[in-house]
Amino acid sequence: MTKRFTVVGQPLPKIDAWGKVTGDTRYADDLVLPRLAFGKLLRSPHAHARITRIDTTRARALPGVYAVITGADLPRVKFGILPVSQDEEALCTEKVRMVGDAVAAVAAVNEETADRACRLIEVDYAPLPALMSIQESLAHPEVRIHEYGDGPNVHKNVALQFGDVEAAFAAADLVREDVFFYEGNTHLPMEQHAAVAHATPDGKLTLWSSTQTPHYVHRLLAKILEMPAAHIRVIAAAVGGGFGGKLDPFSHEIAACRLSQLIGRPVKIACTREEVFYIHRGRHPVLMWIKTGFTKAGDITGCHLKTWLDGGAYGSYGVASTFYTGVINPVTYKMPVYKFEGARVFTNKPPCGPKRGHGTPQPRFALEVQLDKAAEQLGLDPADMRRRILVEPFTKTANHLTVTTIGLGECIDRVVEASRWRDKAPRYAAAQAEPSKPLWQPRRRRGVGIACSSYMTGAGTAIYWNNMPHSGVVLRADRSGGVTVLCGATDIGQGSDSILAYLVAEVLGLDPKDVHVHPADTSLTPVDLGSYSSRVTLMCGHAAIQAAERLRAVVFKAVAAKLEVDAATLEARERKVGVAHDWDKAVDFARAVELGEAMHGVLAFAGSYAPPKRAGKYKGGGVGPSPCYSYSACVVELSVDEDTGEVELHDVWIAHDIGRALNPLLVEGQVEGSVYMGIGEALMEAQVFRKNVHKAPSMLEYKTPTTLETPEIHTILVETDDPEGPFGAKEAGQGPLLPVMPAIANAIYQAVGVRVDEIPITPEKVLKGLELKRQGKPARVGPDRVPLFTFKEPIVVESAFGAPAEAIAVRPFADSQT
Amino acid sequence: MIRLPAFDYVAPRTVDDAVRNLADRGPDAMLVAGGTDLFPNMKRGQFEPKTLIGLRGIRELAGVSGDARAGLTIGAATTLSAVASHPDVARRYAALATAAGLVSSPQLRNAGTLGGNVCVDTRCNYYNQSYEWRKAVGFCMKKDGDICLVAPGSDRCWAVSSSDTAPVLWALGATARLAGPAGERTIPVSALYQDDGIVYLAKRPDEILTELALPPADGWDSVYLKLRRRGSFDFPVLGVAVAVRREGEIVREARVVLGAVASTPREAPAAATALVGQRLTSETITRAAEAAAGPAKPLDNTDFTHPYRKRLVRVYVARALGRLAGLHAGPAMEVIA
Ligand SMILES: Cc1cc2nc3c(=O)[nH]c(=O)nc-3n(C[C@H](O)[C@H](O)[C@H](O)COP(=O)(O)OP(=O)(O)OC[C@H]3O[C@@H](n4cnc5c(N)ncnc54)[C@H](O)[C@@H]3O)c2cc1C
Ligand code: SF4
Repeated sequence: MTKRFTVVGQPLPKIDAWGKVTGDTRYADDLVLPRLAFGKLLRSPHAHARITRIDTTRARALPGVYAVITGADLPRVKFGILPVSQDEEALCTEKVRMVGDAVAAVAAVNEETADRACRLIEVDYAPLPALMSIQESLAHPEVRIHEYGDGPNVHKNVALQFGDVEAAFAAADLVREDVFFYEGNTHLPMEQHAAVAHATPDGKLTLWSSTQTPHYVHRLLAKILEMPAAHIRVIAAAVGGGFGGKLDPFSHEIAACRLSQLIGRPVKIACTREEVFYIHRGRHPVLMWIKTGFTKAGDITGCHLKTWLDGGAYGSYGVASTFYTGVINPVTYKMPVYKFEGARVFTNKPPCGPKRGHGTPQPRFALEVQLDKAAEQLGLDPADMRRRILVEPFTKTANHLTVTTIGLGECIDRVVEASRWRDKAPRYAAAQAEPSKPLWQPRRRRGVGIACSSYMTGAGTAIYWNNMPHSGVVLRADRSGGVTVLCGATDIGQGSDSILAYLVAEVLGLDPKDVHVHPADTSLTPVDLGSYSSRVTLMCGHAAIQAAERLRAVVFKAVAAKLEVDAATLEARERKVGVAHDWDKAVDFARAVELGEAMHGVLAFAGSYAPPKRAGKYKGGGVGPSPCYSYSACVVELSVDEDTGEVELHDVWIAHDIGRALNPLLVEGQVEGSVYMGIGEALMEAQVFRKNVHKAPSMLEYKTPTTLETPEIHTILVETDDPEGPFGAKEAGQGPLLPVMPAIANAIYQAVGVRVDEIPITPEKVLKGLELKRQGKPARVGPDRVPLFTFKEPIVVESAFGAPAEAIAVRPFADSQT
Repeated sequence: MIRLPAFDYVAPRTVDDAVRNLADRGPDAMLVAGGTDLFPNMKRGQFEPKTLIGLRGIRELAGVSGDARAGLTIGAATTLSAVASHPDVARRYAALATAAGLVSSPQLRNAGTLGGNVCVDTRCNYYNQSYEWRKAVGFCMKKDGDICLVAPGSDRCWAVSSSDTAPVLWALGATARLAGPAGERTIPVSALYQDDGIVYLAKRPDEILTELALPPADGWDSVYLKLRRRGSFDFPVLGVAVAVRREGEIVREARVVLGAVASTPREAPAAATALVGQRLTSETITRAAEAAAGPAKPLDNTDFTHPYRKRLVRVYVARALGRLAGLHAGPAMEVIA
């Protein structure tokens, strides 16, 4: 039976669209409080050094300066977002580990004075050797960046094996080994991080911050400041883009809190664009070795992947990132046997962490390019080959992940058809043999490339172990007929506040405008873990639906009594509650609320959600499980200029299995944003360093595409109505990024026969490949060796490949009463 | 956010007044037109003027006069948008319209001026950085330090001439009019520059650029091509300006000027020689293009690798000539990566 919806599925504008486009939205840097002071951080100019002396006397003496603090003014506790990586200090006390590490902070009457004061702080450093790459860090175990980890400069070393890979390779007709490198890049949100802290005379503290995770910031502030969490309130200001870059607690937030406590004034610290590049937590540079066995028909017999991650100076989410470079791969294609080894290495660069796709774009690039190479060797069409080997719905993967619905087959069919792949692919491949034109004519060759991917809809486990809901909603109905949603989720531009409004409006028969969504506020809103891992729509969506249904049940009961009908016959729509065949008698929703309140008391209801418990029963099995997975297929058409190596994108066709589009406009926005971001990663973005310093920490010189560099994007939404999703919905925020980079690489190969096995694919690399081709050498550009490195003995687990998924697992809190 | 430091602002109404103000205030004062280059630089501490003398209030500095037959005169404070959309410029001095229309973004072209573009600071990715960044890397001689980080053994600065219009004005044979305490003088645009990343302008510091004059357009055709990573708003990392005067099909005069591959625009006379007396055939073009790259001396201080920028000189010169020859309709003005 098809569900009938009124709000869900409509292309409605976001509820905060007016504020955003008119400038009415207030970001953290827009907040002004009486007696506000302005803060600034002094950051290290050294990549690796011991701090031997800090003298703040001169800075403190500058007129207009309220306070200057160093690490000595904060409790001596190290912290980190993951319980296993407590390695950060808000202001470094003994050692700096990267250019940009904060060492002191100033609060002053204005930003200029704070800036001047920073320059008056004297810091003596004893420089240590800087380690700027995976290879350097592994080659110099005597220079230790941190004292903890799985080895000298090795933060994390993991190995998992599901089935016998060697036997799988022996059974294959073709075994490929390839090496890939994916350079790091950053989130580049339009809004730079900012925070306002206000310590009040009662000893309490409020922090407004541009954060994706007020809950984790709340918990960590209590630890870092050694004060009761109950006396700290964290409010999420409007966030102008996050993409994973606002998911950790940061120096500027902590320093603002401490400064405010010391001077009794609210303190604002707004980071510069350059500082945002140092805060980072972006895409890990990853070196990859992948070995896969194929049968003649294109089936995968087994896959063995090794990854080395350049983690930068701190742990951040790195342990999770390391697992993510391995564990999501088996979710797309049938991979009966799988072995994964991964290592995260510390370097003296800004810490890497979760960026859109968290750890998965790099191996996805490797896998999809390798598949393309295999298809060519096997004489198979790359689209058909992929189509044949898709994971079966409602089965388990080798590494014990449960797949529910999978719409990838339809996604492939739709992009193949829309792009006219069957016509173009052979035509462009044949055109490669045509002779070149003379130099004065731009010599361009066209190509099409395809790639697919999958992504989690919410991590199945929280960052700290607990049995509580991952997302909670409290809904309060007002006698006005309006409804207020309290939820700790943060809208970072992805539209989660709007989703809450739509879902509540859908259940209660209201217009989304009647629903007031309160921003995340740890003193008011129930916990939602944060805007990461594509979890918000699914998790707070379920919680919101549950709360709304509970509210509706009470309202229906009251209206049923009034109308003397059976509550089961009632409907809520058009801001009324009534019986369909007797709609004239329907009562206004506001009246229905009054009836409900008269009968029940205050109408406030809670909803809770926690994902089904599906973690694999082995160490590390907690990373990867998700209620359901989204799928995407992408075809890119482009031209390559043979004389300049430049790549011009013409069209991108992308089909995304969204489960159900709660609002197709928002989903398309997420898909287009992902494609745009993927283009930047594929062709130009690079977080690179020279003389130990970030080479280009500015919007002008860190190259990322603008709308003018973005080609036509044709978005196709495929609906699979997943039983795990709220009204069947899956994620859209991250998955559609993943196939873009390999599709571009594959299209470039098809256009000019050059394999660039390294991201970003710059014109220089393409030209180098063309040069090699002209010389009759293998036209491949990319890494050719991996470090000498011993991975851990793998944890060996039996492959669960193909096992039927349990029937929809019982969800905690699904039927508990209010 | 990085704040613009405080300064005094003077708004003269006439060129004389501006010249007097500049002379009176000496080296602590700077001129500002659109400010699209100067203000970002001041935020990062590259310049620390006490006083800015604004040129936008001086009526006589803005506007285009004359015609293509007699030659055009463009006031230094004319905006780049006005230059790019002026019908005579667009029709008869096409390369200038192209170059002005490709500078940065529409917003900045509405504020930025032709004079400011001609005088725009040289660029280097060790220099166009914040004070803190430069401190971390080590200051260089262009500001606050005494060595060059790109060419450590060198006793000069190799910052890159990054104006789009400079190579074009040079190729078109334009002249620059300067006003200073000692009076006015006119020099060829080619004499306005010198090959030094710090003192890149050959004009005296107390002189104001008042106008740029283009010679009669008769018989001349010109093309400008610009290499950059993004077509939307990046600075050039190679600019190729080509102007030829033809009688019938025969090239009688030619100038090929390269931008953004040295501290000054660089003329490529060998390429021009290969064209004079010839038809623009495939062979001539190839020969000229091969000869063009010599004067390009890019170093590793901009976007893209410098061997790549050098290598693309040949390609871009060939394509520019191909366009002039009408051998192909060609792509849009430039390739968007
Ligand atoms: C994001 C961005 C992208 C850019 N991209 C480009 C680009 O692609 N190509 C490019 O060429 N430029 C680019 N620019 C630089 C700049 O916008 C242009 O060069 C512009 O034309 C400068 O003109 P202005 O009037 O704003 O100059 P200003 O900033 O006012 O002045 C620039 C310099 O010239 C001096 N000056 C100005 N007028 C005179 C005068 N009449 N006499 C003597 N000296 C004078 C000033 O003292 C100052 O030193 C870019 C800038 C930004 C911020
Ligand atoms: S070329 Fe050398 S001296 Fe000039 S700005 Fe660059 S690093 Fe400094």
